[in-house]
Amino acid sequence: MSDVVEKTLSALPSLLSLDSQAGAGKLSPSSKLGNLIKGITELTSKHEEEKLIKKELESIKEQVASPNTTMRQMKEIMVRAIYCEMLGYQASFSYIHAIKLAQQGSVLEKRVGYLAVSLFLNETDEFLLLLVNTVLKDLQSTNLIEVCMALTVVSQMFPKDMIPAILPVVEEKLTHPKEIIRRKAVLALYKFYLIAPNQVQHIHSKFRKALCDKDPGVMTASLHIYLQLIKENPESYKDLTGSMVTILRQVVGGKLPLDFNYHSVPAPWLQIQLLRILAYLGKEDQGTSEMMYDVLEESLRRAEMNHNITYAILFECVKTIYTVHPKSQLLEKAAECIGNFVLSPKINLKYLGLKALTYVVQQDANLALPHQMTIIECLDHSDVIIKRETLELLFRITNAQNVTVIVEKMLEFLRLTCDDYSTIDLVGKVAELAEKYAPDNVWFIQTMNSVFSLGGDVMQPDIPNNFLRLLAEGVDNVEDRQLRLFAVDSYVSLLQGVTAKLPQRFLQVISWVLGEYSYLREEESDPGSVMRLLARLLDQRHTSTETRSWVLGAMTKLCSSPVSVALARDVCERYSGSLNTVLRQKAQELMILSQDTKLRARVLPAEGRLESLEVDSSLSFLDGYVSEALAAGAAPYKSPHQRQEDLVQEKALSLEPYGLSLPVSLSSCSITDRLTDRRSPTLLSMSSGLSGNSTELSHQEGSTTLKLEGVKRVWGKDGYLAQQQSAGETPTPLVELPNPLLSPQSPPSQTQKPSSGLEPDQEKRQLASSLFVGLGSHNSVCLMGRAETAPRHFRRKPRGESSSGASEGSSNSSHSSRSAAVDNLLLSNLLDSTTVASEGGAATTTTPQQTSQRTLDHTTSNGNPHVEGTEQRVEAGGPLSLIRGNGMVAVVPPTHTQTDPQTQQDLHPAPALERPRDLPLASHLPAELSGLARSEFTPLCSDQDSSLALSACRVYKEDALVLLVFISNNNDSALHQMVLQLTCKELEISCISGSPLKEVKGHSVSVCLHTVVMKRASVQVELAGLLSYQRPLGQPQAAQFSLSLSLKHFLRPLTVSTGDYGKMWLSFSHDLKQNLRLVTTEHQEPLTATLDALKGKLHLHVVDIIGSEGIVACRLLQGPGQGQPCLLHCRVNADSLAVWLRSPVPELPDSLLYHCQKALTET
Amino acid sequence: MQFMLLFSRQGKLRLQKWYVPLSDKERKKISRDLVQTILARKPKMCSFLEWRDLKIVYKRYASLYFCCAVEDQDNELITLEIIHRYVELLDKYFGSVCELDIIFNFEKAYFILDEFLLGGEAQETSKKNVLKAIEQADLLQEVCGLCPR
Repeated sequence: MSDVVEKTLSALPSLLSLDSQAGAGKLSPSSKLGNLIKGITELTSKHEEEKLIKKELESIKEQVASPNTTMRQMKEIMVRAIYCEMLGYQASFSYIHAIKLAQQGSVLEKRVGYLAVSLFLNETDEFLLLLVNTVLKDLQSTNLIEVCMALTVVSQMFPKDMIPAILPVVEEKLTHPKEIIRRKAVLALYKFYLIAPNQVQHIHSKFRKALCDKDPGVMTASLHIYLQLIKENPESYKDLTGSMVTILRQVVGGKLPLDFNYHSVPAPWLQIQLLRILAYLGKEDQGTSEMMYDVLEESLRRAEMNHNITYAILFECVKTIYTVHPKSQLLEKAAECIGNFVLSPKINLKYLGLKALTYVVQQDANLALPHQMTIIECLDHSDVIIKRETLELLFRITNAQNVTVIVEKMLEFLRLTCDDYSTIDLVGKVAELAEKYAPDNVWFIQTMNSVFSLGGDVMQPDIPNNFLRLLAEGVDNVEDRQLRLFAVDSYVSLLQGVTAKLPQRFLQVISWVLGEYSYLREEESDPGSVMRLLARLLDQRHTSTETRSWVLGAMTKLCSSPVSVALARDVCERYSGSLNTVLRQKAQELMILSQDTKLRARVLPAEGRLESLEVDSSLSFLDGYVSEALAAGAAPYKSPHQRQEDLVQEKALSLEPYGLSLPVSLSSCSITDRLTDRRSPTLLSMSSGLSGNSTELSHQEGSTTLKLEGVKRVWGKDGYLAQQQSAGETPTPLVELPNPLLSPQSPPSQTQKPSSGLEPDQEKRQLASSLFVGLGSHNSVCLMGRAETAPRHFRRKPRGESSSGASEGSSNSSHSSRSAAVDNLLLSNLLDSTTVASEGGAATTTTPQQTSQRTLDHTTSNGNPHVEGTEQRVEAGGPLSLIRGNGMVAVVPPTHTQTDPQTQQDLHPAPALERPRDLPLASHLPAELSGLARSEFTPLCSDQDSSLALSACRVYKEDALVLLVFISNNNDSALHQMVLQLTCKELEISCISGSPLKEVKGHSVSVCLHTVVMKRASVQVELAGLLSYQRPLGQPQAAQFSLSLSLKHFLRPLTVSTGDYGKMWLSFSHDLKQNLRLVTTEHQEPLTATLDALKGKLHLHVVDIIGSEGIVACRLLQGPGQGQPCLLHCRVNADSLAVWLRSPVPELPDSLLYHCQKALTET
Repeated sequence: MQFMLLFSRQGKLRLQKWYVPLSDKERKKISRDLVQTILARKPKMCSFLEWRDLKIVYKRYASLYFCCAVEDQDNELITLEIIHRYVELLDKYFGSVCELDIIFNFEKAYFILDEFLLGGEAQETSKKNVLKAIEQADLLQEVCGLCPR
């Protein structure tokens, strides 16, 4: 049918087509749009334009609302509405009419309707839902043009949740006879892949077909998908390398139709796409890289013509050559290419040359050497972007010897720029360099002063945080004292000058440092001087309230001498009446502490060691107060998180009767997740890199307030951190400090290599020698510039995840670091109540192992867990979350382990014995885990002589996945300084090893235990691990490995009654429907067989089976005692199974469905 | 590609196409900022621009500025050629295109863009194929225009 239409079209006289084209170009001044545009051009002021457009919009509004307006008029109106919107005037009333036009108009009107929709709306708009049916209808139309239009709009925007509705139809189009339809269908699927990857998982084989399409356009389109897929997971697509290389060879060899040539270069877009794909495939993979060397060389050779497009290909080629496994011959040619770029008189090419250099100097800093003079010239270039890129390049080649010059150049740029974005970026880089390579104290403090004054209040908050931590953490030797003293001196002199221009953040840093370390200079000056400076600061109008509270905090630490006390009293009088409660409290504290010297000495000891701080972690001194309050009828404490949850629940309309307690939280997270889900990358992301371990409060406030990190972090989400910290500490390599006197002057002879033909003046030569010092043959050890082994004067002690601290904002952070510990504990204790609570209120804390021991006991004593009452089960599912944060109620019902028969079988120790391969390692399983269901042992990695081997095993505990890493030492010598780090941003990993792992004796095996839960549901995650160790008399070594964990490892059965299931079903908002394959066996009903298969493979719980319907429930582990439920409703439809999934979290149904599909196809 | 803007030397927006979901307010702010920044640049300067975390690639054709926003790892030069190819397409379609053509027939300019770039990616790089697709759709319009419904 569509062919018929096509033929009709092509049979039409060509004269007509010419006419239409010519006519299209010329405007029709009589049209209403023409009049409008003319009217606007004749106007002279913005005000007049506003008036005119307003009038126009009024008339449009009137017309669209009128029932007499035909679709044809509507089309014309819509064009005018688009024009008004483009001028920046809102015409939102017309959106709905745009949809109507797309729905009801004839082809030509539809086209405008779709265009208006794609311009007016974006994919989050609810209006789009109204378009779904229209799109579906047009996709099935016999008219090619209509199908094209529908596919065009779908590839631009489509509501994520409605994808399943049109997916089958779009999929069908992949086999359409017309290439334009196939091409657009591929791009539509690409779009779907971007917004909901799991939903197109099952059509990957069809993508391959598209890749082999006979039409080059369709093939090119499919590369978009492959670029994305390969970028995310190169390992799975290595087999495509050969095809990609062949395609590229054909393209480069000019085998494509001439239509695809662009300025006589064959299909440049395709070439670049392929080069990018090859870069991902060949990265860190010698074998794959070797396959592509030839074609890369050919690309380099062919792209010789002097045109922009060939430069584009060359640039991409160079990038690929430097990304894949290196081949010296190619590298040489690529370096030559970069040279041509850098030396080019065309500014665009010069810029790209710098960009390429920035990229490649990370591998070989020497590559910058031949271009010294060009780089110096670019530093003073009139175009900011060139300057900026040059600084980026210099940043990459910084070492201990050229740091001062480079930082000076960066600061120079910073002083001139007024763009917030580059300020934030550069300030961070300067701080990083200063911390890494500072030659001496004076320079470091001065540089940081510039950073704070220039970075002002836009810089990332972790810059001041790190700086203060660095000051506070130092071992108390002479050098650290000097650093602190110098900081104090420099701040005093700053405060003596004009302070009006100093940013608030800087003033806060100054106050804290003065408060802490002024005593270092006390002997040489009069005691009240610092206090007076602070008081002056306090009085200045431009000082913000937050800064004032920092100043007051500092004063509290300083009021020791009589002069200061008098001053403090003065200040107190003024601020104890302040309207701001924080200030008032600070003033009160100052008042009391300044009068009571004894108390002050106890609360704020001047020479107090941070480490020696002892804290009553159980807050037992408050017990009396709390029990009194409770007796008097006060409500038990709820954590802020829980309060917020309650609030959310209250706000939502509850149609259900009370009394149902879900084992999970319908938390606000799902809502915020949705909002932040697809945030635009252009939004300035200002949030600081808070560690995952930080507390709720720090998440809320961390981004704007300074955090003080004087305190060793003792408590975290998982309890006492001491063990984990010592385990997380990496051995700090002993580094020699560069001699600051010698370093900036190294032999100039090696660095003077000005490019020929240039006669640079003396000044530039000098600059070059100071910039490029340290690069060159004599110094090959630190060629990488930023290599980890570079000497780091100011390197912070590794502290694991301890970056979060007392971050309760100004209310406590301006206290001395010592007193902040109390607040810190207040916070973390709430999160720790789970551990304290589990033993019936007894004061002992329970280690996770003990808990699991108990869990195990229950399992074994429970003959058939399935008989248990549902109510009890629901409770048992979430006891910890009920208690969480309560702090007072400490009785927890013992956790009943619920395992389905499949796992139950695995529980017997017998199967473990049947796997002889596992035997040696199985004996190392900790006793408390040996009875639980577990996976086989997976070898992770081993070194060349297999003296060290790592393997992993997963143990499926009821409340977490326990990951065991076995470290087998097959050598005689022991391993020392062992540190195992596991990282994965999608997972929450916590170490539960009984004792920190330090060494493994010869011929023995050690086990590291980690509990792992998913932060967010995803189909599969990659966990990266790094084991560093040292043999006696050997260098420190490291072994890397990765391990993939799938969603199904984190699923546990959720036992609910049919009634509760019904209630939960209604309350969950995210759902997904899909047809699945039915499993057929001889002796079972298809439904039962299918559900059994799912149950066995995915640990689901089959709640009930009624006739041709079955209901199934499971939960996804998420934090101790928490879980996100997912409910499945299955119904047999002819020969397929219609599954309907619902969950409170948006990602879960998606990912679970994928695993269901997989489980059933495997059966 | 994240978005494409066309604006005149006077800073008037002539065409805007967004490939990432942004609110109306953000769109306005971005286009205002960019128009200002680009108009302030001198003719001999680099065609690339770092702006927030994006790379802006722009080029001036007569009185019109064409400006694209791409991600940092994208190839700037090829983006420049995308702009050029689009101009070639417009030129071919309108027959020696001028700013007025685009002002009065902006919907046509959008149709051409949609055939060339889809969802922010180059869809069809063969000039002939793009124009063929547009012609067919236009032809249909004429046919429908001729026969009364």
